[in-house]
Amino acid sequence: MPAPLRTDAAAQSEKYTFSGTGVIYSFTTVTEPPAGFEEQAPYALALVKLDEGPLLTAQITDLAPDEPLAIGDAVEMVTRKLTTEGERGVILYGYKFRRVLPRA
Amino acid sequence: MREVAITGLGQTPVGEHWDTSLRALAADAARAALDDAGLATVDALYVGNTYGAAFSSQSQIGALAADYAGLHGVEAFAVEAGEASGGAALRAGYLAVASGAVESVMVLGVEKSSDTVGTAHIAARNVSLDADYEAIHGATLPALAALLMRRYMHEYRVVLAAFEPFSINAHANGKLNPGAMYRNLLKPGAFGKAPVVADPVNLFDSAPDGDGAAAVILTSAAQAADLVPHPVRITGSAGASDTLALHDRRNLLDLNAVRLSTNRALAEAGITREAVDLFEAHDAFTILTVLALEAAGFAEAGRGWVLAQDGGIGLTGSLPLSTFGGLKARGNPIGATGVYQAVEAALQLRGEAGPNQVPDARIALIQSIGGLGSSVFSHVLQGKC
Repeated sequence: MPAPLRTDAAAQSEKYTFSGTGVIYSFTTVTEPPAGFEEQAPYALALVKLDEGPLLTAQITDLAPDEPLAIGDAVEMVTRKLTTEGERGVILYGYKFRRVLPRA
Repeated sequence: MREVAITGLGQTPVGEHWDTSLRALAADAARAALDDAGLATVDALYVGNTYGAAFSSQSQIGALAADYAGLHGVEAFAVEAGEASGGAALRAGYLAVASGAVESVMVLGVEKSSDTVGTAHIAARNVSLDADYEAIHGATLPALAALLMRRYMHEYRVVLAAFEPFSINAHANGKLNPGAMYRNLLKPGAFGKAPVVADPVNLFDSAPDGDGAAAVILTSAAQAADLVPHPVRITGSAGASDTLALHDRRNLLDLNAVRLSTNRALAEAGITREAVDLFEAHDAFTILTVLALEAAGFAEAGRGWVLAQDGGIGLTGSLPLSTFGGLKARGNPIGATGVYQAVEAALQLRGEAGPNQVPDARIALIQSIGGLGSSVFSHVLQGKC
């Protein structure tokens, strides 16, 4: 009899912590949002190239109205509310990116 | 494997059919295809549909369509591969006949898109994105297309106006097609001024969702010769997949599943790209057409847009595209588009395309794309040699 399949991916892979910083690889402004994102629109959506290499899809947050973005802009990860499943529904939190803040 | 032919064609106009139901659209196209083939029924029905559950609260569309088309008792089920569902259903039908498992198949594409509107429509559409890593961040299909387009323009230093000829061509051909959703010409220069959907993607850049159904009947090529005067052979058929999430692609601007499925379909047909007389590309966005032309080998990376300059993609050009208006002007009845492409290419190869006719069309390539290249199905169709 074959051994039960291990579904715990973490047990088979190495844990790695990303720096959380990267640059904008491409970006757009979503003016026609799906349900659940109406309050946030218009919002900036980007492909972020992490310093370690991989690309991620995420919103760019903490921008002033009409603040221009450019490919290559440095960004850092922050935790934000992504969406709410209706007025009494679950609030979903996750990652967004903002411009790298000046460090003291 | 035996050779497969298309012996019957049916299609409804594409548009906002407020007064027609999903089942009625399916039945109209199905009956037209049976009449065209001179058959009363088929052995099996494969349906291409993407959003029946999301738009119309309806699954089991295979059984529903069989019932309303009068195909009582036949094997019937729907095939789902995102926006490529129509191409996937054609692939399923092709395999069933080619294998000898069945003698005749109907491949039906149907979508009733106008039943949901506004942000609910966009949310319904979003189920074909990567739910955990794209849609959860507020991504939409036009927004992801915009990410591709901006990166393309940045890497290859291409201006927005370079994409305009694709939409102008689609509308020029759509104007001649009585079943097209948009029959207006696009004025040169209007593209850059169109309302923005997700910068740099605008309204004149992206195909409009519409309602519609299309159907083809498939039989073995040997049998087809006795049934109809002008069978169209399917000489190449191939599917391929790529990462669902755009950000997981090895090279963002390389549609690898387009490359794989095109190469396999052409190899199976035993032809080179130069022999292709017309290409029905999945022009949901102009950037998708450009990237598909490059991955399919019709242009080098960064040069796909050049093909559309100077009328090269018109009905009398070197590679006619979107010959009945494509998704952009004929309209995009999402899961049905792959079957519309088959109907349109077959009309071209029969010489029955009317004012949309490509002169001396003998070989057509049609390509159905799910998302931005995650699921791709390519077919080579050939008329009389």
